[in-house]
Order: sequence, then C-alpha cells, then structure tokens
Amino acid sequence: MDKEAVITSEQLQETNVNPSGLRIFWREIVRDKLALFSLIFIVVITAFVFITSEVLDYEEIVRVDLFNTHAPPSSDNWLGTDYGGRDVFGQLIIGTRNSLSIGILVTVMSGIIGIVFGLTSGYFGGTVDNVFMRILDFFMILPFLMIVITFVAIVPKYSIISFSLIMTAFLWMGIARLVRSKALQERELDYVNAAKTLGTSNFKIMFTHVFPNLSSIIIVNMTLNLAGNIGIESGLSFLGFGFPESTPSLGTLLSYATNPATLEYRWWIWLPAAILILLLMLSVRNVGEALKRATDARQRRG
Amino acid sequence: MWKFTIRRILIMIPQIILLSVLIFILAKMMPGDALSGMVDPNTSHETLEKIREDLGWNDPWPVQYANWAKDLIQGDLGQSFFYKMPVTELIGQRLINTFWLSLVTLILIYLISIPLGIISGRYNNTWADQLITGYTYIGFATPLFIFGLVMLWIFGYYFGWFPTGGSVEPGMEPGTFSYVLSKLKHLLLPAFSLALIGTVGTVQYLRNEIIDTKQRDFIITARAKGAPESRVYNRHILRNSLLPIAAFFGYEITGLIGGTIFIEMIYSYPGMGQLFMESIVSRDYSVSTALVLLYGIAAILGALISDIVLSIVDPRIRIK
Repeated sequence: MDKEAVITSEQLQETNVNPSGLRIFWREIVRDKLALFSLIFIVVITAFVFITSEVLDYEEIVRVDLFNTHAPPSSDNWLGTDYGGRDVFGQLIIGTRNSLSIGILVTVMSGIIGIVFGLTSGYFGGTVDNVFMRILDFFMILPFLMIVITFVAIVPKYSIISFSLIMTAFLWMGIARLVRSKALQERELDYVNAAKTLGTSNFKIMFTHVFPNLSSIIIVNMTLNLAGNIGIESGLSFLGFGFPESTPSLGTLLSYATNPATLEYRWWIWLPAAILILLLMLSVRNVGEALKRATDARQRRG
Repeated sequence: MWKFTIRRILIMIPQIILLSVLIFILAKMMPGDALSGMVDPNTSHETLEKIREDLGWNDPWPVQYANWAKDLIQGDLGQSFFYKMPVTELIGQRLINTFWLSLVTLILIYLISIPLGIISGRYNNTWADQLITGYTYIGFATPLFIFGLVMLWIFGYYFGWFPTGGSVEPGMEPGTFSYVLSKLKHLLLPAFSLALIGTVGTVQYLRNEIIDTKQRDFIITARAKGAPESRVYNRHILRNSLLPIAAFFGYEITGLIGGTIFIEMIYSYPGMGQLFMESIVSRDYSVSTALVLLYGIAAILGALISDIVLSIVDPRIRIK
C-alpha cells in the first residue's frame, strides 16, 4: 500500500469537518459588504424600534389633538403631525414595529405550512404528490389581493391574529413548491432508503432526516419571503385592509397620501414611511441574496 | 400537442368549479343579504320570509349553489344594491377602462423589457448591464404602491406634466380626436408606473436566458462558421430566448390584477380595481364577489393561454 492512501483517523476527522451551515452563511455575509451593512441596519432598526416602543407612551402617540393638525416638523414633533394631530415620528416607530412583527409572524406561519405541505407531497410522491400539487395550483391561481381583501372585509371580530391567519392562508405556496421539488430529489437518495430499510417511520424520516438537509434553502427562501411580506402587509394597510384602525403600520402612514393635499404638500407624513419600507425590504433582500449565494458553493464569494 | 392542450383544458375545469365554490361560500358568509337593502323597511317579517322562500334562499346549500351557478353561466351576476343596476352593466362601464390600462401597460412592459434584457444579456458585466441589473434589483424590492405614489407626486404634482386623476378630461365629446388624446394622457402615468415595476421579472429572465444560450455549442458552431455577430444574435440566440417571453403575457395578467387595484386607487382611475375597492367599502358584496370571480377566471384563462403557447414554443414542456 502506498503512503498517500493511508489516512490516519485524525486526518480523516480533519477533512470531514465541514464548516457548519451557519458559519458559511456568516462568512458569505461578512464578505459581501452590502449584505453586512444591510444586516447591521436591520438589527439596529429592529432593536431601536422594539426598545423605544416599550419606552414611548402609546396613548400619547395615538391621542388626537385637533389644535395641532398637519403641523410641519418641529422640535416637538420631529416629523410633524398627521390629520388628527398625532405625532408622525411616534407612529413611524410603532408602525415599523407592527409591520416587522406581522411580517415575521406571517413568514414563520406560512413557512411551517409550506414545509409540512411540501415535504409530505415530495416525500410520498405519486398520487399524494399529484393531488397536493393540484391543490397548490389552485391556490396559486387565486387573485391574492382581492381574496384577502374580501376575507378581511367579512371576517367578524377582525383582529391582528385573524389578519395574519388570512395572509398566511394565501402565502404558503411558494415555499411549499420549493420544498416539494427538493424533497422529490432527496427521497431517491441512499440515506432515505437506508432509513426505510431500518424500519424508521415515514414521519421521522421526513422531519429528522430529510428536513435538516433542506434547512438552508428554507432559511434563504423565508428570508426573501420576509421582504415580500413586509411589502404585502404595508400594501394591504395602505388600501385600508391591513391592521385594524387603532394600530398604526407603515402602510397606514402611506395611506394618508391618498389625500392629494397630503401627497402634494405634507411630505413628512408619508415620505419617511415610504423610504423606511423601501430600505427595510432592500436590506432584507440583500441579506437573503447573500444567503442564497452561500447555499450554492459555486456562487460563494466567501 | 393536442394531447397536452386537451389535458391542460381538463385541469382548468375543476379549477373554475373550485373557484366558483369558494366565491359562493364567500358570498354566503357575507353579513346581511341583498334584500335588507332593497325592500321597504316597513315590510313585515312574514312577507320577508315569504320573499326569501320564493327566491330559494331557504333551500339547502347545494341547490342554492346550482341555481347560482346556472345564473352565472347565463351571465346574470345579480344586482348592485348601491348603484341600483345589474352588476353586469356596472362592470361593463368600468371594464373598458381597465382593459385599456392593462393593454397599454402590457405594450410598455414589452417595449421596455426586451431592449433592456437584450442589452443586459449581450453586453453582460459592462456598465450598462450593471445599471440594468441595479434597476431590476431595486425594482424587485419596491412595492408597486410606493412607486405609484412617488411617480404621482413627482410627475403629477411637482412637474404637473400629467393629470392626477380620472380617465378622461370632463366635457369631452366621445369619439373625437382630442377625446382619445386626453384618454391616452390620463393612461400614461399609471401605465408607466405599472410597467416599470412589471418589467423586472422579464428583464431578468431574458438576461439569464441570453447569457445561458451564449455559451451553448450551437452558438460556438455558428461563430466558427463565420456568421456575423448580428446574425448570431438575431437568428440564433434571440429566437430561442424571445419566444418564451412572448408566451408569458398570460401570466402577466395575474400580476396585473393586483397591480391595477393599487394603481387605480392611487390615480383615482375609474376601472374595475377601483370599483372593487368601492364595493367592499360600501358593502356592495354582490359586486365584489362578481369581480373576484371575473378576475379569477381571467387569471385561470391567462395561465391556460401561456401554458399552451409555451408548449407550442418549447416542446420539452409537452413531455411529462
């Protein structure tokens, strides 16, 4: 036996130590300056918004003050006031917190539904897959915005919970389709067959064997979805079918711009919210794109 | 070819039935019924019950659904109690505006995205490509309604180049040249807002497709045979890449549906999207459900057309 072929167990261990998934993600983000900057921006904004909204007096912000309506920015109201004399800056902070929270909530919930649906469909294949895909096709074809608005309008006792449930019900298809196509490939692999031969239950194979192998693309997809969901939420709030009246969101601030006078002369009410939504969505996407590159070894920069 | 088309049409039928069932359930879930707005408030409870009975509203749900579906097929979408006219008539008035908006948007989408995609793919990694890629990157992350608002703010109010609402100047005579001109002027800004965001996907697709095809063997062969660069692009590369783009227009319809709602609200353009929002706000639910149904069917038909055209263009799709 020649020398090179003899590998000590120590060497074997060394070569087998692949960088963990999280470390690859991290390395890619650090290498991509734009993504790193975006991540810092998101963390700072999120921390700032959640901490200050604890400190801020909520009642003070939503209190109507009819003697101080449409005030331009001043030292009292950093971003002026809206038509009810409420402080725009305070609403911006609470709105960002609400928009972010609902974005994350909907992303996680639709992610869970999509993963379970996609895994089941892809892992079992055959008839199950066929039926599940027809269901998915049907949901894909629905006019999303109109259906959601109709549901929001007719649901009795409308609340934040029902709003996020309605959004989730029509947003799980993308991730389900992705997970399904990957699961279809995984089920042909040897480790799945080995587990089956050993008599492992399907449920266990799906969630403890196949699922970990898909986790990185799921993280990427959910990050990109988060950007979209923040946009969808603010869009619905903009039309008046997002958050209930009393809770401001970034979209609520933008909806004041449907009043032509506000749009033309009072930029301080809607422009900061517009810029903030844009920056948030772009940053989340930047991070998502960096993560996406990290999952594909050929495209990595780090 | 025919096999694929027929199978594709057969898939569509359960989709339409499911859609109609969903909308029927929505309609039944809606609070109140059309009677509460239509009859004299002094009518006694018994008479109301009798009218309900006569109209078949106490029948079991499957019977009601069958009757409802029968009316639908005959083109009867019910009555709007807010506008006091048949829903079909009401939608007919608005349909034409949304049709023009969508048509101009689609034309703009192709006019903008094809040159951009070709430049970006042909000269990839140059400054022009980077500029275009930057535009698609930002365009993907920009919500349409924010873009629409900013466009209206800048070009409608600040510069005042375009009208800020409506579909036509009031007091114009229909059919005259200035009427058409005024309509077009009202259309341009909303259509541009929709198109500039709508092109993004197509530009990226075309760019990837061209870059991908550029390295194929048959292109190298064509070059080796000494074909001029313009012939390589026009005859070999674009022929492969442009056809799928042309077939996408059916899918674009689905994208336009959501878009027209935002844009018509922002530009107060009297189309179907605005009608939908009005009907929801005024609780005129027979109109809203009819619109959801129409838009749903439009999306299903759009996908059908695109799938069939794609299968003609790209035979690989047929084998499945």
